Amino acid sequence: MRKFLMSTAAVAALFAAPMPMAHAEDSVEVLHWWTSGGEAAALDVLKKNLESQGVTWKDMPVAGGGGEAAMTALRARVTAGDPPTAVQALGFDITDWANQGVVGDLGEVADKEGWDKVVPAALQNFAKHDGKWIAAPVNVHSTNWVWISKKALDAAGGKAPETWDELVAVLDKMQANGITPLGHGGQAWQDATIFDAVVLSLGTDFYKSSMIDLDPAALGGDKMVEAFDRMAKLKSYVDKDFSGRDWNLASAMVIEGKAGMQMMGDWAKGEFLKAGQKPGTDFVCIRFPGTQGAVTFNSDMFMMFKVGDDKKKAQMQMAADIEDPAFQSSFNVVKGSVPARTDVPDTAFDDCGKKGIKDLAEASTGGKLFGSMAHGYAAPAAVKNALYDVVTRHFNGEIDSKAAAKALVEAVAAAKG
Amino acid sequence: MADITTTAPRAVTNPRATLQDLLPKLVLAPSFAVILIFVYGFIIFTAFLSFSGSKLLPDFSTWVGFGNYVRLFNHPNWITALKNLAIFSVLYIVVCSFIGLALAIFLDQKIRGEGFLRPIYLYPMALSFIVTGVAWKWFLDPGIGLEHVMQSWGWESFSFRWIKEGQMAIYTIVIAAVWQSSGFVMAMFLAGLRGVDNEIIKAAQIDGASTLTIYRRIIIPLMRPVFLSAFVVLAHLAIKSYDLVVAMTDGGPGTATWTPALFMQKFTFGRNEMGMGAASAIIMMMMIFTIIVPYLYSELGGKKK
Repeated sequence: MRKFLMSTAAVAALFAAPMPMAHAEDSVEVLHWWTSGGEAAALDVLKKNLESQGVTWKDMPVAGGGGEAAMTALRARVTAGDPPTAVQALGFDITDWANQGVVGDLGEVADKEGWDKVVPAALQNFAKHDGKWIAAPVNVHSTNWVWISKKALDAAGGKAPETWDELVAVLDKMQANGITPLGHGGQAWQDATIFDAVVLSLGTDFYKSSMIDLDPAALGGDKMVEAFDRMAKLKSYVDKDFSGRDWNLASAMVIEGKAGMQMMGDWAKGEFLKAGQKPGTDFVCIRFPGTQGAVTFNSDMFMMFKVGDDKKKAQMQMAADIEDPAFQSSFNVVKGSVPARTDVPDTAFDDCGKKGIKDLAEASTGGKLFGSMAHGYAAPAAVKNALYDVVTRHFNGEIDSKAAAKALVEAVAAAKG
Repeated sequence: MADITTTAPRAVTNPRATLQDLLPKLVLAPSFAVILIFVYGFIIFTAFLSFSGSKLLPDFSTWVGFGNYVRLFNHPNWITALKNLAIFSVLYIVVCSFIGLALAIFLDQKIRGEGFLRPIYLYPMALSFIVTGVAWKWFLDPGIGLEHVMQSWGWESFSFRWIKEGQMAIYTIVIAAVWQSSGFVMAMFLAGLRGVDNEIIKAAQIDGASTLTIYRRIIIPLMRPVFLSAFVVLAHLAIKSYDLVVAMTDGGPGTATWTPALFMQKFTFGRNEMGMGAASAIIMMMMIFTIIVPYLYSELGGKKK
């Protein structure tokens, strides 16, 4: 019966995913969701590099849902026993797949090129499984950024806030100046992105014990109540139509001067640059007040699946090309993130990019580089979404801070069960 | 072939009869097999999943019994989804039936331009729920939609922001769904009204019954089968409601507009909780069965009598 069930599932999977044609010698099939203009252009760099080395690139883009649709397509392919060569993946999704025993081993490239030394240890926690390299990190996004309109900041005193109290003072002044102080989109992951930074601003140890170790005492403690109080304070600075807005529209509000600042990962920089704005003169990038020196990251990686020997050579070639410093630099300049290895020169990056590279190296050596909860690098999907539920319910005023801290403990316990 | 059948002697009619007997079965067999595997087979598959500890992929090595169901009914989002389903389905069915019947009665007054009006009410049904959802999301958005337009026309105090309020957002989904489906219900009632025997109405008129009484005491009670059909169609649409919610609010603000179908999709594919997702799917299927099975029973049973 079980065999029958599995085979029917496989049949269904075949219908769900396009059947791959017979593979040519030296080709890679890549499942990803980088389909928007800038992202596709960045990925094209890798494609060209591989093709110049005689490896054909079979594109399998599945757009939508921040990779959720791609993961659903992947499920079908793996169930059918025919996984793609490489798959763009994030955080605990990689660990989840590794636990299924379907991922490959990049050991030979990683050892030859010395990835252990140049990739930050916090990233290795995800890119390695049981001591084996299974994924090649492409970039590092950090999420505890604040993007401030220079004009709005000048009108509010001109000094970038460095502490929570200074931040509140600047936000108050912006409100008095008649603009929306905080440009924000009310979607669960955006609320959670701010929550990441707020928790981090209450101490790196607190972030680690609550978001990564999921310690019930930290999740339900007084400090967490304070974190939720800060969230409620920030909520008071968003406009009334924030609910459901996409993040790039919130960026646009800051670009147009309708809003003072946005708290968002460094992909927001791309929106400012596309609008012709320059870091330092039109907008200012700072770490969330109180988090300078620490970084919450999310990193795009290409997870490599177990493939036949005929495809292995191309897979290794692709992994080597991803970690090539020249590619890391050119890709990340386009994408707005910073390189996943710490020995890449920062000459091609703008001021915010340079600051990002410096902050990452500093946080990595100081042990203050943490996975972002909001982006699936602190806890598995089930726990992450349970945290989302509480954060977004609190942010939308359904529960107060005390109840939220209590609900956080319960939600995490339920999701782990 | 034709030769054989026309000139065949009586002794050969037996295989011919067998063929005639077999042919319908042969023709139906593929679709029967497909339905057996892809509908009932997968229902059984889902039921198995709901008792397993499946996370990312189907996993039949760990069995958790009713664990997934216990977790499901302890999950605040599932409770929210059930409450929303109750609000949504009751309002959706009642309001749709009421508006549908009212429109049908008005259109049935032999008015001029009926042929023009009828499709106008029916056309929303031709749209997919995604299109309806996106259109209503924009229309109800206070920043660009109704509220903005009213305020820019000078009615400064006008306020309609239900879609942004957790308590009221589910009602905006009811509004959009009613807009979409009322015309369809109207068409069903109109067909029913046209089927009413004129003799009965004439007899009532001779007895001196007013128009109101005729409708209240004779015509609307005669619509009972139409009410039943409308109820079944609308109820299963309500339980399956997914696309409209995704397009309008995607479950927000917060988790205020989650529905069971949304829960199923998010848990199975977004949260790697395939076991719990399957459990919610089974509960939804049971809800639909409790509506459809008595209906089929009464319909099929009625014909045999």
